[in-house]
Amino acid sequence: MNARVKHVELHADDDGLNPGDVMLKLENVSLSFGGVKAISDISFDILKGEIRAIIGPNGAGKTSMLNVINGFYHPQQGVITFRGQARSHMQPYEAAASGIARTFQNVALFKGMSTLDNIMSGRTLKMHRNFFWQMINIGPARNEEIEHRLKVEEIIDFLEIQHIRKTPVGKLPYGLQKRVELGRALAMEPDLLLLDEPMAGMNLEEKEDMSRFILDVNSQMGTTIALIEHDMGVVMDISDRVVVLDYGRKIGDGTPQEVKNNQNVIDAYLGVSH
Amino acid sequence: MLYRESGQYKTSYIADQAIFPIREDRIGMAVIGVVALAIPFFASDFFLNAIMTPFLILALAAIGLNILTGYAGQLSLGSGAFMGVGAYSCYKLTTYFPDVNIVILVLISGLFSAGIGVIFGLPSLRIKGLYLAVTTLAAQFFLEWCFIRIPWLYNYNASGAIEVPVRRGFGDIILTGPSASAMTQYFVVLGIVVVVTLVVKNIVRGRIGRQWMMIRDMDIAAELMGVRPLTAKLSAFAVSSYLCGVAGAMFIFFYLGAAEPSAFSITLSFQILFMVILGGLGSLVGSFFGAAFIWGLPIVLRAGFPALGLNVGAEVIFHVAQMVVGALIILFLITEPHGLARLWQIGKEKLRVWPFPYA
Repeated sequence: MNARVKHVELHADDDGLNPGDVMLKLENVSLSFGGVKAISDISFDILKGEIRAIIGPNGAGKTSMLNVINGFYHPQQGVITFRGQARSHMQPYEAAASGIARTFQNVALFKGMSTLDNIMSGRTLKMHRNFFWQMINIGPARNEEIEHRLKVEEIIDFLEIQHIRKTPVGKLPYGLQKRVELGRALAMEPDLLLLDEPMAGMNLEEKEDMSRFILDVNSQMGTTIALIEHDMGVVMDISDRVVVLDYGRKIGDGTPQEVKNNQNVIDAYLGVSH
Repeated sequence: MLYRESGQYKTSYIADQAIFPIREDRIGMAVIGVVALAIPFFASDFFLNAIMTPFLILALAAIGLNILTGYAGQLSLGSGAFMGVGAYSCYKLTTYFPDVNIVILVLISGLFSAGIGVIFGLPSLRIKGLYLAVTTLAAQFFLEWCFIRIPWLYNYNASGAIEVPVRRGFGDIILTGPSASAMTQYFVVLGIVVVVTLVVKNIVRGRIGRQWMMIRDMDIAAELMGVRPLTAKLSAFAVSSYLCGVAGAMFIFFYLGAAEPSAFSITLSFQILFMVILGGLGSLVGSFFGAAFIWGLPIVLRAGFPALGLNVGAEVIFHVAQMVVGALIILFLITEPHGLARLWQIGKEKLRVWPFPYA
């Protein structure tokens, strides 16, 4: 089937930003649940085209950070500026529409659907044919479906998952599920891709594969990536800049080398001999 | 051996995304189509009137509930009442517009049911699962109350029931009423059910159907992929209630001929829910299996006991059928939650790799 796939370019939408411009900026963001402060007064930015890692011990507020960025939580204080537009109380589907995609720490695939349908679901926002065209499924609605199928097949080829195209994702092994989830996020052609522990629970080979995919997505499609990861080797190797959280506070920010040498980070996270 | 897809290569995505991509399936469907068209010329009026027509109608109702429960994951116990809304609106419509073809009115009456369904679907935005089932139960009892207490709905008939008037169409053929032939009614119902099922299949495999399944499988992820829960859930309620409404209108006009409000009681809702559970959640073909099973079992039992030489009363058969269905539902929920449709799929997969146990 691959022989007939036209070459379709997948890339992030052109948003007028040049590589190195600030894409997302968080200023003094605080989030609390009742008396528990998940995030206190954190500021950092994500530049277009970079791979930005967010690290920190368990419970540091990393996942809450991602949830704030894609509108799932609404911070009590602070300003979030995405592509030059400050926003408040954005709903998750609005974040999706503005070009933010993510994967989850615990795989959140649509278990009852096939790999193909899962990745097609990432195209939801790009499909526009209305209800009545969908009902008859000839002409525009079918053409649209085929057009998006071509893009999805590109992603399937890119992630090397052709053989599981029609398999229900619930039957797939964990490593492949993670890969399908990445594919689903890529199908949204996001400007900013948030990855929540993409390599958790993987063996070395799967980690190497996943790192390669992340680097390829970044370089080939020009997608800006923010990722949470616990494997320090991976983080230090693939990320351009790292922000370190601990107990909801930012304790370090900079290139992997700077972070590695930051005394606060070493004390809090990388381990210090007492 | 008989059912194998090897050697059938697809060269386009259109062919790959066809409803029946495997040749054997297409042959099977053609056979079913021929049989469905030929049945009226061989079967008795009783077979058409009491078995085939209601089976098709209830299959459509089951598809309706399956859209909501199987595809969109919203539990509902109000499908009987939504069928009633369709039936009563069709009755009122044909009272006001006696000259309009009844088939058109049946299809329009579903829209009223869809509207009511959306209203009762609003709580689904806040509550899930069993709690939602309870609010649809409220819809069931409220609508049933309306059917009894609003005499306008049954044209102030002294009996409190609606009686289907004679309606002609398609060149003066009698379509409804006591004098309509079983064959005519069967063909009309068959036509409506086949067309509507095809339309539903198209919706389910397209963007809208995927949105429903996204909400069902992982609502948080669905939202983060740009699905608005409001539109996805309410459209599922609308489509589901539309199908139930059309089925309800057909139930009265092409099957019962007259109906009291009790025809659309909670019993009917449960019957349809059982069809969906036994047939298979999230499967259109399963809805047909479930309807055939639930509707056919009492009939088979009724014919089967005398054939075995046992002389048992109709009451006993009714109770035995209920016990068997109850036991089967428990059995299915434990062993095969995806119902008959899943068994059908497993059977096909086994045939595909036969004589080997694995592919």
